[in-house]
Amino acid sequence: MAVGLAFPDHAAGPAPRRLSPARLAIYVFLAFSAAFFLVPIYIMIATALKTMPEIRGGSALHWPVAPDLVAWFKAWSSACVGLDCTGIHVGFWNSVRIVVPSVFLAVLVGAINGYCLSFWRFRGANLMFAIMLFAIFIPYQVFVFPMISISAFFGQYGKLPGIILVHVIFGMPIMTLMFRNYFAGLPIDVFKAARVDGAGFWRIFWQIMLPMSKPIIVVAVIWQATASWNDYLLGLVFAGRDNLPMTAQLNLLVTAEMGAHEYNVDMAATLQTALIPLIIYFVSGKWFARGIAAGAVKG
Amino acid sequence: MGGKINTRRLSVAFESVVALKDLDLTIEEGEFLVLLGPSGCGKSTLLNAIAGLLDVSGGEVWIGGKNVTWAEPKDRGLAMVFQSYALYPAMDVYGNLAFALRVAGMKKDEIEARVARAADLLSLTPLLRRRPSALSGGQRQRVAIGRALVRQVDVFLFDEPLSNLDAQLRAELRVEIKQLHMRLGNTTVYVTHDQIEALSLADRIAVMRGGVIQQLADPDTVYHRPANRFVASFLGSPPMNFISGELVGDGGTRAVRAGEVVMPLPHTPLAAGAVTGRAVTLGIRPEDIVIGDDAGTADFRWTAPITLRESLGSETLLWSSIAGSRIAIRTSARIAAKAGDNLPVGFASDRVSLFDQKTEERI
Repeated sequence: MAVGLAFPDHAAGPAPRRLSPARLAIYVFLAFSAAFFLVPIYIMIATALKTMPEIRGGSALHWPVAPDLVAWFKAWSSACVGLDCTGIHVGFWNSVRIVVPSVFLAVLVGAINGYCLSFWRFRGANLMFAIMLFAIFIPYQVFVFPMISISAFFGQYGKLPGIILVHVIFGMPIMTLMFRNYFAGLPIDVFKAARVDGAGFWRIFWQIMLPMSKPIIVVAVIWQATASWNDYLLGLVFAGRDNLPMTAQLNLLVTAEMGAHEYNVDMAATLQTALIPLIIYFVSGKWFARGIAAGAVKG
Repeated sequence: MGGKINTRRLSVAFESVVALKDLDLTIEEGEFLVLLGPSGCGKSTLLNAIAGLLDVSGGEVWIGGKNVTWAEPKDRGLAMVFQSYALYPAMDVYGNLAFALRVAGMKKDEIEARVARAADLLSLTPLLRRRPSALSGGQRQRVAIGRALVRQVDVFLFDEPLSNLDAQLRAELRVEIKQLHMRLGNTTVYVTHDQIEALSLADRIAVMRGGVIQQLADPDTVYHRPANRFVASFLGSPPMNFISGELVGDGGTRAVRAGEVVMPLPHTPLAAGAVTGRAVTLGIRPEDIVIGDDAGTADFRWTAPITLRESLGSETLLWSSIAGSRIAIRTSARIAAKAGDNLPVGFASDRVSLFDQKTEERI
């Protein structure tokens, strides 16, 4: 052969699979990375299923001898959160009451903003968008005190509508960015066609654009739900004693100074708090990846 | 029907770029006008301005005797078909066709009747319950045309409606659009960069460049008597052959001299400005150069060295050169000539176009 490369004469069909050192290195690295996240979760689950004597006696990595859910029930309904010994379920329902409306409103506001910025170009639209983009990168903490003053002024400080509104406001910039980029990737001709067909601002939004936006709506819902469910600071500051979200109650539970630390209850309560975002990811992970990609390629 | 369209000193500017400037155009009722030009020539801008989809920076738009310059698109009595079809993906074909009528608050049975009529006209009836994503490109564009039909308006605007389709479908739909226009008689403005579409569909063609209409005339005139060198080179494939030279002779025996070659023009109609010594470009279409025995009666004859032969199936292109200019000769598929041959060729001087070399305008 003139080229000087040796090719086997019997080569036919698919090339045989070979495990090269580079491949092997990739697998080892991936396994290590996975373990980095999975080991702590394993320890949490194992600990939550143990009794206190077993926790004190054995290694954290041991699987419980007789797994039971006593700690789980206690965490949910009878552990002491501050002075009330009613478990973390109060916080769970508080979080639901905060997260559901704030996700709905934040996504809606973001969609409307993105729709305006992409299709109804008005004077100063770019400036508005730039301001919102900027807002994404400012840390929450900077806003806390002014926001307290504002919500107190409107009589909403420490009330449920107040904390919902705070979540909507803080979620708005990233929601707007997502929807604007998604809409920017949609064909402008569809918008033009709808205008020629006589549809106005709201009709185009509800009947044409929103039905085309399912992937980005899924992404936005996941994002906003996770962010507001996992939020601790805003909930602690703005929700008020009666509406403390699950994360804030969890903190009270695990930092309680009375008696010995019940690690199994702490772990169970933590897992219960983390369950909602986990479920959201597992259920909609495929959609999430798809929506992110759709926005990334076209935006 | 009130489908006459007028633009008066119409200007459109984007930021600092002027896309259209002081454009005057009258489109008669029932006329099929094609806006033809390369991308960026302002043809789509003009169409969007007529539709009301972008704000004009000066001048007026009149449709059907009304000044609609500031009117919303829906109030202008027009419908539009887009290159990307622009169907509503979340609605089925019926929903797409019915959308404008529902927006207008029309009664349900009237909507059904109109959709049925349009679907029948465009053979869409079996597809009414399908989503756009389940349609082929040709079907999608027929739905888009149907969406325009149901509105029963006086003016149709087409924005490169066939550009996304493959060649065969394009030819089919072109015929359908032509037949539709013959049947309905709407005033139609059709934007394209495809000269075949323009020549075959138009009553009149407006060839545009840089936001200015270069020539506005029927297809025959635009093709055979182009107003300037740009129009001559934009239409035709390959475009018109150009030979640079100088106008010589007086009275009835004018000629163009290009180097050693003198091409007499006894039958070329020339304007008064055609004075001797003027630097000109002679233009002749590839199909107006005749070969062999036919060349015997031509006003100008020469022997052309063939450098390349291109067989195009139904015809053959021969490439040669004269006086330093490359020229194409279009001839029948069966010609035996090949590269290296020397062929007697010639052209009749009444087929010649002359352009000023500086202004590039027709003389």
